[in-house]
Amino acid sequence: MTVDVLYFAWLRERIGQPSERVETEAATVRELVAELAARDAWHAAAFADMTAVRCAVDQELADLDAPLAGAREVAFFPPMTGG
Amino acid sequence: MVARVQAAPFDLAAELAGFGAGAGAQVTFTGIVRDDSGRMAALEIEHYPGMTEAALTAHGLEAARRFGLIDWRIVHRHGRLEVGAQIMMVATAARHRRAAFEAADYLMDWLKSRAPFWKREIGHDGSAHWVEAKASDEAALDRW
Repeated sequence: MTVDVLYFAWLRERIGQPSERVETEAATVRELVAELAARDAWHAAAFADMTAVRCAVDQELADLDAPLAGAREVAFFPPMTGG
Repeated sequence: MVARVQAAPFDLAAELAGFGAGAGAQVTFTGIVRDDSGRMAALEIEHYPGMTEAALTAHGLEAARRFGLIDWRIVHRHGRLEVGAQIMMVATAARHRRAAFEAADYLMDWLKSRAPFWKREIGHDGSAHWVEAKASDEAALDRW
């Protein structure tokens, strides 16, 4: 399936781009992270500490074990600091 | 019942014109860019277009249901904001003051750690670093 992967804040800076379209058969967010981290050193650095990474699937906050079936957009970002 | 994300400043008086008709209590909170270190010139606020507006709206509706609000409004800015500038506002309207205060407090606790915004501090010397989430902000959600 084709998924748009979005990055925000320091993940965007570390990976060097705000988004990318990926072809994946990953069943969960965790599997997608493993595929992305294997791409190059920049991705590996961004995903090195998953305790510092949050995720949303189709714009809803999700955890690493969330299923990806049917997902069109997955976003990765640091813990949020609004307000 | 409005949630907005915008770069432009907001006018509190204009936001409250006609807000909460029939309520007995209105509470407003305005967040201002603060410099704790003496070295900060501005904040840059990044957000997740699409998700941010939807998340703010969903949470405003949740607060309305939970606290019996008559009206609510959330406006959050993004982009570069100088020290002293407004960052965001929350307004709540209810029949009685306690619900209005509690709903505003609840919305702020939620916004701090669940709304998709990220702050970066820009120094007078041009340096930039991302603000880390505080454990105290995460813990504040447990109150609710």
